Amino acid sequence: MQLITCPHCGPRAQAEFEFDRAVESVLALDATEAEAVARLYRRENPKGWSWELWRHSAGCGVFLKLHRHTVTHEIAEVSLLDAAP
Amino acid sequence: MKRYSSLGLLTAGLTGHTSWPRAWRDPTPKTRYDIVIIGGGGHGLATAYNLAKRHGLRNIAVLEKGWIGGGNTGRNTTIVRSNYRLPQMQDLMEFSLKLWETMTDELNYNVMFSQRGAIFLGHSDSDMTKLAERGDAMLARGLDAELLSRDQVAKMIPVLDMSRDARFPIEGGLNQPRGGSARHDAVAWGYARAADALGVDIIQNCGVTGFSIRGGKVEGVETTRGTIGADRVGICVAGHSGQVAGLAGVKLPVESQLLQAFVTEPIKPMIDTVIMSQSVHCYISQSDKGEVVLGGDPDNYPTYSQRGVPMRLEQVAGEAIALIPALSKLRMLRSWAGTTDMSFDGAPILDELPVEGLYLSGGWCYGGFKATPGSGWLFADHLATGEAHPVAKPFALDRFERGATVDEAGAGPKARDR
Repeated sequence: MQLITCPHCGPRAQAEFEFDRAVESVLALDATEAEAVARLYRRENPKGWSWELWRHSAGCGVFLKLHRHTVTHEIAEVSLLDAAP
Repeated sequence: MKRYSSLGLLTAGLTGHTSWPRAWRDPTPKTRYDIVIIGGGGHGLATAYNLAKRHGLRNIAVLEKGWIGGGNTGRNTTIVRSNYRLPQMQDLMEFSLKLWETMTDELNYNVMFSQRGAIFLGHSDSDMTKLAERGDAMLARGLDAELLSRDQVAKMIPVLDMSRDARFPIEGGLNQPRGGSARHDAVAWGYARAADALGVDIIQNCGVTGFSIRGGKVEGVETTRGTIGADRVGICVAGHSGQVAGLAGVKLPVESQLLQAFVTEPIKPMIDTVIMSQSVHCYISQSDKGEVVLGGDPDNYPTYSQRGVPMRLEQVAGEAIALIPALSKLRMLRSWAGTTDMSFDGAPILDELPVEGLYLSGGWCYGGFKATPGSGWLFADHLATGEAHPVAKPFALDRFERGATVDEAGAGPKARDR
């Protein structure tokens, strides 16, 4: 089980978190159809370092951006999302 | 190929089983094949077998990075069924189920396919409504289905906790009598032996590291054992679909996640059917060896680690014990995890990729094992003729952008089974 350090709550077990989506698949609200298809359905699905959104769903509820390795499960970086513009 | 038979087994036994020949050769890769299949799991081997058997092609290789059947073919819960709700999925899985019924004879290899029934449990009125609807949809499509009352379920599976205060109260079920389970390793070995006998080169310890592509057309593959030319290449690599397609510059609508399974120590027969609950997400059956085989949901986050997360074990074991309290006395023997390429509608992708001559059978999610013979048949047809078989047509790669997903879970396009 992975240990994820929530900036609000500190180190917590993976069981408290939910994977939300890969950052590459996050869609701008004004994306064109072609951009949407590319982002949603043409995926790197990396074997190695990956940028991902996770949510501390059974904790404070915050969305987090993780830089995580998909083979070793090492987590290099956890940060809060930028405020919406 | 030396045919296997009861008499042959008896005769060989008299000489201490020293007379058995190798089941398949260990050939050195040639410099060129008509068709190269990447991935020596059940799907890849079944595809090669069908190309040789039904299309009469003889110059075929299966390239396997490790050893055959070492991936997801040996990392599943061995359940075979076609009790789906959507016609596209029903047609696909029923096509496959029919082939399971003749596989042992077809391959002259005992895959121990046992049609012991596959029962979905219903835990509430709304579960029963959904099961009745699914059963009707199956019957209307010519599949076998029986809606079971609470009493019928209690009689068929006496070990279930049928009490009214059970954690998961049981209201009834939906049985597919022709469903069941099979011996997973035997499927890989049986297809390998039969394909090899038809001249297919099965090359193990041969990882693909790149493609030769000229003018948008595939001309061969780069491997750890040299360059191998090919007119057509089929990818059957499950969790690594995205990685292998990526070598050809193609990005796929898949996300790799783990699917775990667990077995207990072997015990005397106690469960003679396959028990599943889609509300609880727990799959229970007993192998012929006596081990109780348990499965659940995927691990729900991207990983290639082949190491399952323990909280899934805890969840599945807890659910299984709630359904069958007697299981609490058993010790867990093993657990394992397979890397699955989860497509965004839960259905497979069977199509030619945007590189001419490069084909994919992937995105099988958590349902690849049961589809093995059908997948091999359909994918071989596509590779041999260039045309998708009618059953495979709905599983085209561009269905996501066309909005024509095959969304069995009714959950919209996302790589999670919820």
